[in-house]
Amino acid sequence: MIFLSNYIYYIGAFGLILIALYILLTRHNLIKKIIGLSILATGVNLLIIAIGYIKEGTAPIFSNPNLNPQNMVDPVPEALVLTAIVISVAVLAMALSLAIRLYKHYRTLDMRKIKEQRW
Amino acid sequence: MSNIRMRNIIGLILLFIIAFAVILSIIEIPFGIPKTTVGNYYINNGIDETGAVNIVTSVVLNYRGYDTLGEVTILLIAALGLGAVLGTIKRKAKKEITPSSVVLSTGCKVLFPFILLFGSYIFLHGHLTPGGGFQGGAIIASGYLLVYLGCAKRRINQNRFKITESLSALIFLIVGLLGLVFGGYFLLNFLPKGIPNTLFSAGIIPIIYIAIGFKVGSELTGVIDNLIEES
Amino acid sequence: MIFLVTLTVFVMLACAVAACILKDLLSAAITAGVVSFCAAILFYFLQAPDVAMAEASIGAALVTAILIIAIRRTKREE
Repeated sequence: MIFLSNYIYYIGAFGLILIALYILLTRHNLIKKIIGLSILATGVNLLIIAIGYIKEGTAPIFSNPNLNPQNMVDPVPEALVLTAIVISVAVLAMALSLAIRLYKHYRTLDMRKIKEQRW
Repeated sequence: MSNIRMRNIIGLILLFIIAFAVILSIIEIPFGIPKTTVGNYYINNGIDETGAVNIVTSVVLNYRGYDTLGEVTILLIAALGLGAVLGTIKRKAKKEITPSSVVLSTGCKVLFPFILLFGSYIFLHGHLTPGGGFQGGAIIASGYLLVYLGCAKRRINQNRFKITESLSALIFLIVGLLGLVFGGYFLLNFLPKGIPNTLFSAGIIPIIYIAIGFKVGSELTGVIDNLIEES
Repeated sequence: MIFLVTLTVFVMLACAVAACILKDLLSAAITAGVVSFCAAILFYFLQAPDVAMAEASIGAALVTAILIIAIRRTKREE
């Protein structure tokens, strides 16, 4: 029980990364692989924020001016993960537009059949 | 086919090896104990040096403002690429869309200004409450998505949105260059800091967040419009 | 409190496994949206409200919407 309460966030984030890697390795449809990319990004962001947590901490906002600055959680991982979430949505939109263009040209989205085409 | 089975089993074995190797290193990281000291400096000196009450906002826009400039550039390039890839498909005759019922279209039209107001409130108060430009811009884009889905045959004017997006990015750059003119370095906080916890405080941070809010909102709306338009 | 966190992590992992197994692409996209939503709740438990708001508005709403629009323009079955 003590082990579970200490490491439950790591288990959740790490399980997401492993499942997303399995989708990327063994599925053949292109849109399924893009869904796997999205789940992978979510797992990595959760891992980074879980590392920056301090026990009995509170959010780093001084809503009334006499809050104790000793037990606030780390603000630097939050700023980095904010940037990472926005960049991942931009990459996903670009990948989906390329998938639509591929479907118009080859009439299929199976990666095995697309790799066999010449030129 | 045994080929697919072999591929699945090899994938599983590879994942077990990766999992074993990473678990051996994650056990070394304790949970809930303070580890770094950079965050302590930002928390202790954040209000005096920037004037913003939200420490995450002052880290994103004042201490690490150059990274935010790079992120805004990446969003611009992605929206540009999507318009270039999908915009050159030849348009055939449009299919007939069945018009939606009166309840649905009137409800969407009534909800739309409230969603825009909520998104504007979030990016205007980015330095006082949790929030900021990126969250507010995404909510504005969701409002436009609602009108696309609910009311038929309502499309945005593409030119106006492109002009808004480019002007907002230019305002961000000009505010940074003004810091170079007035002080020593790029993105210097040159406006007065004011009293903390009021609306007009924290120097240039509200101005940059307003520009980012407009930019992200119009950009994501343009992305959705490029994707929905049938060819 | 530990019970709520464990329940949310369990639902998140179950939906991720379901997104891997389902053959209908529309159901897989909606299940990926549920994974993002559970991650936003976990961000709130880790005392990070900025990141929770960003993940809920961008990950759960916009990514699911553009996935469904892209599935509509290509095939629906795997």
